[in-house]
Amino acid sequence: MDNIETIIAQFINGLSYGMLLFVITCGLALVFGILGVLNLAHGSLYMMGAYVAYSITVSFGFSFWVALIIAPLTVAVLALIIERTLLHTTYKLGHLSQVLLTFGLAYILHDLAKLVWGANVLSISVPSLFSGSVSILGQTFPLYRLIVIGVGLVLAIGLWWIQNKTRWGAIIRAGLSDSEMIGALGVNIRFVFTVVFVLGGFLAGFGGVIAAPILGLYPDMEFQTLILALVVLVIGGLGSITGTFTAAIIVGVLETFGRYLVPEISMFIIFALMAVILIWRPHGLLGKQVTEG
Amino acid sequence: MTYLKFGIAVLLFGAAPFFLASFHISLLTEILILAIFALSLNILVGYTGLVSLGHAAFFGAGAYAAGLIGQHVSAEIITTLLGGVLVSFMLALVVGIFCMKVNGFYFLMLTLAFSQMIYSFIYQSTTWTGGSNGLTGIPTPSLLGLELSNIVWVFYVTAILFLLLYAGISIFVKSPFGRVLVGIKENETRLKSMGYNTKIYRYVAFVISGTLGGLSGVLFTYFNGFIAPTNVYWTMSGTVLIMVLIGGAGTMIGPVLGAALIVILETVIATYTDMWMLLLGVIFIFFVIFLPEGIYGVWQRSTRKWLKGKIPQPELKKVDREKVS
Repeated sequence: MDNIETIIAQFINGLSYGMLLFVITCGLALVFGILGVLNLAHGSLYMMGAYVAYSITVSFGFSFWVALIIAPLTVAVLALIIERTLLHTTYKLGHLSQVLLTFGLAYILHDLAKLVWGANVLSISVPSLFSGSVSILGQTFPLYRLIVIGVGLVLAIGLWWIQNKTRWGAIIRAGLSDSEMIGALGVNIRFVFTVVFVLGGFLAGFGGVIAAPILGLYPDMEFQTLILALVVLVIGGLGSITGTFTAAIIVGVLETFGRYLVPEISMFIIFALMAVILIWRPHGLLGKQVTEG
Repeated sequence: MTYLKFGIAVLLFGAAPFFLASFHISLLTEILILAIFALSLNILVGYTGLVSLGHAAFFGAGAYAAGLIGQHVSAEIITTLLGGVLVSFMLALVVGIFCMKVNGFYFLMLTLAFSQMIYSFIYQSTTWTGGSNGLTGIPTPSLLGLELSNIVWVFYVTAILFLLLYAGISIFVKSPFGRVLVGIKENETRLKSMGYNTKIYRYVAFVISGTLGGLSGVLFTYFNGFIAPTNVYWTMSGTVLIMVLIGGAGTMIGPVLGAALIVILETVIATYTDMWMLLLGVIFIFFVIFLPEGIYGVWQRSTRKWLKGKIPQPELKKVDREKVS
């Protein structure tokens, strides 16, 4: 680390990466919390979002903004289909079978993406509006990364507001603590399941689109992201937007600095952090209990 | 009866190279190696009720350790086998400490995360493991100075270890220790209340499972002569889990059948298309939804039904109510 400029630049990179992780993880955490299904195809949905955005911008020549709207919606529709055909019909099988089902789905989507988009590394260019850089306090930063940080913040505040101030948020919070009970209270819980799963898919797809110009597209992308999202989930703890947000920022910054300073063991640092958190605070930083005593 | 079956298996494996072409021997060797891998995972998934999605970490640790020892120390099977098994044993000891702290989905997440960590280490550490190119130039294994250059020798080594492990695991799961593991799967809270320290039992099961997984990795190095990072990837962990589940988790023969089915299917399919993962995903989902008890479970159920029709069932003894009271 030669000077303060690189530190700040890496910090901004880490912050924007953390925001991306937040967008992806909050969808995963919502679905896990309410449906009780750990969606192992969540990373694949993220990948689909990025690839669909690639098709829209590069193959069909539309602008990035069209992709930003269409791609997450496409993924949401895909999530809707998955929920209605596979998950909805298998609630009687139990959660473990459903998790394995999403794992099988990850296989299918992995091969489909390879079939449609090939195994090469692809990339989407940053939209021209944000392609420049800004100078703050005499230092230049890529504008797009700052925008991503802004988007993450807006989304975090929006989700926090929805979860804490609206009727839907109340249902979701209740669902997180006891989904059977709110079914008994007259809420159509199956409908809530569907909406939450589709919302999770939408967030995954949205994350895929905004991440694509930074991280690029390659065949193994879905599990690399899924693993980091799982780590964020464990560190942050279930059931709180704040916890997921804090954990995502920590993991994002740590991963970026790790990659910069000690690339060979960058993943080890993240996992060491997770291990420490699991032993020191079994509930996650801010959340419900995940370990037994 | 068990001894008879075992004897027949020994004879069949012993005679196989005299009847089968080398292509089929190589196929059979691959099946047996992956069957050992599946059997080791079955101790966790089928008998202890812990679904691991990171078993490839141990397979890869064993395989890479054996390959590296073969390159830098000695290609002697005894050395590489012990070395590979020791490395995966140590890995299981460490990973187990963390994974045993959690249950259910969190266990699944942690095992997946740990295996991806091992994968990314292998993938990034190009100086040791060859990175994305894989580990090449592994010398042919030798046993007491005799080079095992022929696939038949590798087959015999594999078959002997397979039979020993199959017998060993069968005895293990029927032992009091194995019964406690099944108890953990069925109702852990109850076992705890009976005074068992279930954490220790789960930890030992995890370590045994990981160590044997490493052993299958070592054998794979002998068989393949080359290790790619994909052998440590999540798809590998998934494939072995599919083998256990479609064969029949919690049975001894199930994982072996599952391994055989998947290996044969992959060999057949590979000649037509490279969309193997797509098909595997479809098979996986099909079994999860429609045949959760696996091939062997279905077979057991249908034969029981068939026997019920053929053999007169023993009538229940009528209890004289007055005598009882």
